[in-house]
Amino acid sequence: MISLAGRDIAHAWSKFVFTGIGLGLLIGVTLTMAGVYRGMVDDAKALLDNSGADLWVVQQDTQGPYAESSSLPDDNYRAILGMAGVARAANVTYLTMQVSPLGDGQAREVRTMVVGVTPDGAGHPGQPSYLVDGRHLTRGHYEAVADIATGFKVGQRIRIRRNDYTVVGLTRRMVSSGGDPMVFIPIKDAQQAQFLKDNDAIVRQRERTAQNPALNRPGVPGLLDAVIASQSSNTSVNAVLVQIEAGTDPEAVAEPIRRWKRLSVYTRTQMHMILVDKLIATAARQIAMFLVILAVVSAAIVAFIIYTLTLGKIREIAVLKLIGTRNRTIASMIMQQAIALGLIGFVVGKVSATFWAPIFPKYVLLESGDAVRGFVTVVIICVLASILAIRAALNVDPAEAIGG
Amino acid sequence: MKQALASRLRSISIGAVLLLMLGLLAYVALRTGPLAPVPVSVIMIEKRSISPALFGIGTVEAQFTHRIGPVAAGRVQTVLVQPGESVKAGQLLGEMDPVDMEQRIAALEASRKRAEANLLAVQAQMLEANVRTQFAQSQAQRYEQLLAARSISAETAEAKRQELQIAQAALAAVRANQDASRQDLLRAGADIAALTQQRANLRLVSPVNGIVTRRNADRGTTVVAGQAVVEVVEPSRLWIHVRFDQQRAHGLRAPLPAQVMLRSLGNTPVAGQVLRVEPHADAVTEEVLAKVVFAQQPQVPPPIGELAAVTVKLGALATGPVVPNASIHRVDGRLGVWLVDAGDLRFAPVRTGASDLEGNVQILDGLAGGEELVVYSFKALTIGSRIKLVDQIIGKKP
Repeated sequence: MISLAGRDIAHAWSKFVFTGIGLGLLIGVTLTMAGVYRGMVDDAKALLDNSGADLWVVQQDTQGPYAESSSLPDDNYRAILGMAGVARAANVTYLTMQVSPLGDGQAREVRTMVVGVTPDGAGHPGQPSYLVDGRHLTRGHYEAVADIATGFKVGQRIRIRRNDYTVVGLTRRMVSSGGDPMVFIPIKDAQQAQFLKDNDAIVRQRERTAQNPALNRPGVPGLLDAVIASQSSNTSVNAVLVQIEAGTDPEAVAEPIRRWKRLSVYTRTQMHMILVDKLIATAARQIAMFLVILAVVSAAIVAFIIYTLTLGKIREIAVLKLIGTRNRTIASMIMQQAIALGLIGFVVGKVSATFWAPIFPKYVLLESGDAVRGFVTVVIICVLASILAIRAALNVDPAEAIGG
Repeated sequence: MKQALASRLRSISIGAVLLLMLGLLAYVALRTGPLAPVPVSVIMIEKRSISPALFGIGTVEAQFTHRIGPVAAGRVQTVLVQPGESVKAGQLLGEMDPVDMEQRIAALEASRKRAEANLLAVQAQMLEANVRTQFAQSQAQRYEQLLAARSISAETAEAKRQELQIAQAALAAVRANQDASRQDLLRAGADIAALTQQRANLRLVSPVNGIVTRRNADRGTTVVAGQAVVEVVEPSRLWIHVRFDQQRAHGLRAPLPAQVMLRSLGNTPVAGQVLRVEPHADAVTEEVLAKVVFAQQPQVPPPIGELAAVTVKLGALATGPVVPNASIHRVDGRLGVWLVDAGDLRFAPVRTGASDLEGNVQILDGLAGGEELVVYSFKALTIGSRIKLVDQIIGKKP
């Protein structure tokens, strides 16, 4: 038995393939949009994973450090280290800022999240979990490990506030929940970068303090200096990252810290919820909404294309009916064509999405699960659309073949 | 025939397009996403020695800061020097207002003169008393002899004896008076000396050869006791007060050689030496404090308070397996490295030792040297990750 569908496709295959490619690009856009959504969620997850923490200890009654701002004294970690079940604890600060490389004329600024980590080497909380070039921080000051997405190179010098830092290592996929690449610097520098005012402000503040007669008493020579020193020092961090001992229940470690240290503690599950359900919720819903509309539109377009393709062949179908072809044969021809079109579309879509995804400025994650779901959806839509077309084809009057 | 050929050609081209599509799909499915192998770069673990170093930052400080000011509250009369000026030891830097001190010295001078005059008067009295006593003595002797010759009455002799005694008493009184006058004179002199000393104390004098770093008060300013008017330091005696993170200060001791990088000099290191490690560490900032001196004092001394980065080189350690710190990971709570064994990944737990500033870490336990070690990877590795060996990760796609 000859394949009617195959013969038909072969008859006008270029038209068929081009329709398929057009359809494929549309499917590609839909898959990419799904990838953008997955990428957002994955950025949030990456933030959790690359912090290397099991627990986040933050200021009481805040949901910091990512979703809200949080500030706690930097000696709190010592008390936390003493709690049962805590294996390692380290201070961390997060600060989103523009960073530009030095000595590069009109070098572009990069929007980054500057992370202050205790430079204790690999495996400690807060440290980047893997590198693609260079090394981890070894000095306690003026070194940086940057995400490769910043475009910085090992050995390059970058400026953060008033200090210059040498990039000593590069990492990958270390991003903030907003997708900004991270730059890791030693915590003491980060505290300065975050809390130290600019020089003009410091000078004006000194003047202001000196004007205050209560703080600048003629009879107490050292008082003004002491007051100014206490004004310009800062000993706060945004969070303490805690790694717990293997085999311990995170909640069992978190609860005593909440209770006795009077700080807010989040486990990884809770933090994931805060990030995905609160921090990126609106943005993600926005994308998801767009994705839904795009999917519906794509489905409609697939349906219409198959419908119009069939209607374009209505005279040939009438002839088939006239020569006594069975309805089943005609129906299967249309459905096979529809599915073939869908398959071409899916393949083109998947391939194109994969090739253009890395060009996107933010991370686009094409999940295999999404691809499989997309494939099933495409096939179902094609089948449904072909049913419409089959109805139209079967209702055609064979007389049209000769009349018209 | 021709038609059959055309149809054949068409079938072939359709097949080719289909194959191409399937090929691309297969490529996309296998070379990207979770199934793709992870590019990693590997090195052979070497056994060698590393020289750890410590890194700290500090500020340039003067070893001795001479804060020169009055010892009692007062008003500044003159300040003769400006910051940056060189001064010699003993040079007058300024003076405090003496207020009534000159007058008080004049008053004391007058009372000393009076005491001197007083002493002269007492000395004259002394002379008189001496003469009287001598005369009374000779009179008494003479009358004693006359009494012995029975030419005068006993009463007359008695009277002369009494006169002698009175004259002697008067002499003693005058002598005491003279002592008192001498003491008065001494006191007046001492008073003057004391006030002159105090007057001299109002002069602000540099105790050392140095430069003036601060001028805190100008003419007419009232300052309290102990408040500095001028600060003088010795530029030849500068050091750097360095802070080392406690965790990375192991092995810090005097007199290790150090490299000082002054912020104003950029990347030009200056040689130095650890002078001492302070017995007190900073408990708040968790830092060890140390003093580092320049091996040779710079021609132009750096400004006091300038930021300096200090690297202290420790001695070389014994030879052992050394890995880059980028290769160390924590998996399930254990530190270790990823090794490639005949193309397969294996996680080897290790115990790390000292490390140097270039990121080399000594491995105390867990590695023998010679293994193939994963340094960089495109993403975090897990057991069972498929890997692809590359020279460089940057620019690679999984």
